[in-house]
Amino acid sequence: MLSVEHLTKTYKTGDKALSDVSFTVEKGQVVGLIGPSGAGKSSLIRCVNRLVEPTSGAIKLNGTNLVGLGAGDLRRARRRIGMIFQEYALVERLTVMENVLSGRLGYVSFWQSFSRRYPATDVERAYRLLDRVGLIDHADKRADALSGGQRQRVGIARALSQEPELLLVDEPTASLDPKTSRQIMRLLIEICQERDLPAIVNIHDVPLAQQFMQRIIGLRAGAVVFDGTPDQLTEDVLTTIYGAEDWTAMRTGAAEDEQAERDAAREMARLGA
Amino acid sequence: MTSYPTTWKRPPQIFKHRGWRIGLQIAVLAWFVLAIGSIDANWERIIAGGERGLRFVQGFLQPDFTSRWSDIRGGLIESLTMTFTSTIVGIAISIPIGIGAARNLAPRPVYYVCRSIIAVSRALQEVIVAIFFVAMFGFGPFAGFLTLTFATIGFIAKLLAEDIEGIDESQAEAVRATGASWLQLINYAVQPQVMPRLIGLSLYRFDINFRESAVIGIVGAGGIGATLNTAIDRYEYDSAGAILLIIIGIVLIAEYGSSYLRKFLQ
Repeated sequence: MLSVEHLTKTYKTGDKALSDVSFTVEKGQVVGLIGPSGAGKSSLIRCVNRLVEPTSGAIKLNGTNLVGLGAGDLRRARRRIGMIFQEYALVERLTVMENVLSGRLGYVSFWQSFSRRYPATDVERAYRLLDRVGLIDHADKRADALSGGQRQRVGIARALSQEPELLLVDEPTASLDPKTSRQIMRLLIEICQERDLPAIVNIHDVPLAQQFMQRIIGLRAGAVVFDGTPDQLTEDVLTTIYGAEDWTAMRTGAAEDEQAERDAAREMARLGA
Repeated sequence: MTSYPTTWKRPPQIFKHRGWRIGLQIAVLAWFVLAIGSIDANWERIIAGGERGLRFVQGFLQPDFTSRWSDIRGGLIESLTMTFTSTIVGIAISIPIGIGAARNLAPRPVYYVCRSIIAVSRALQEVIVAIFFVAMFGFGPFAGFLTLTFATIGFIAKLLAEDIEGIDESQAEAVRATGASWLQLINYAVQPQVMPRLIGLSLYRFDINFRESAVIGIVGAGGIGATLNTAIDRYEYDSAGAILLIIIGIVLIAEYGSSYLRKFLQ
């Protein structure tokens, strides 16, 4: 179980990314985090594993407060938290297998990782995970030889090889086409259910969030403005999250496009006649 | 209907005022004329030198590889040994310094120390360093080895540090997020990204070191440069020509070899 309590992050430049954010995520629950660009989604999930240092507040993962841990304890805490990235963030010049095994870096010694001699259980787990995400035949390929969807599957396998207690997922589908996006989301949800894993998923695609998430948290300017189920996410709520202007602009934009298309079709018909 | 202009000129970018531009151009021209005037050329000497130059060129056209062959061979072996050892040792020392001089990996104090080492190494030209080491350790290839090692450190460490600063940070972030230690981060996120360039730079430095070994030999640091210097001192331009041809040949081979290897590694 993850609980975030009164989390605040102010950057050195004075930008307040998060102000007094609190919520808890139960075991096996997948939470979607939506909000406009700059609302603090990315800062929030990076505060959880302290890739970004929180200014104040507490983050408790199964009882341990992650804020204020020393370097060694932080490493041990990080290895319990799997992270999946927008642009996959695989090490491009390493093989798929090395990328998956790199999820074990927090558990093995430097020499084991340097000589690529991982314990047998780690290697077996890596193969099992690659099989699970459907890439067992690609184990020896370099990561940059794979397509976007395949790379994100490797990213998932890497995160899972940590045997995590929590998954942090940052815009997992932002660089993928709609079909692959759905496949990746489905895979993520299945895996979280299989393992009873809690997950926080940053997502900017609202329909995709509504389709797959059990719970959605809306951030606006660093504060939680919505916390509920997908069907509670009405147009009014979306307006509070994203602001009124955007919605009307988007709708009139779509209407104008439609109008233009109709005009063009009429023109074509006239020319053809 | 409004009429728009039909001509357009690029507005001045640096000196906005016309007077400044004209003044600056006149100043540069005046400086150039005065400077040229102060180089006084000795025309008699230049005409006399033409004859020597001609003999030098003739030496090139009839290079004599045989009469001094054992000296040339000795010098070559010494140069190649110097080049090889100094490149390897230089790179081995450069790697930690290069990592230390990368802003995104090293803590501030380490960064400044490593940057200063690089600055010192780059500020001193090889010939000056060679003179210093010859004075300290005597004539011969040991001084040459030290000189080239010293020069290699500045070159490789600086370029390596710049390459490390330019890595894709998201890959490093992902490795850090797994709970990796600092050394594991270097090995898994940084090394794969900079390795091809490091190998390319090392090969490039190898052929620079060979060329430099010929130059620093002239100030007493051993190698083929010392042999060349002796040949010129004895007015044996045909042997000197042979040595220069060999140097050109080896540099060409190293150049093509390293560019081929670099292409293969990309």
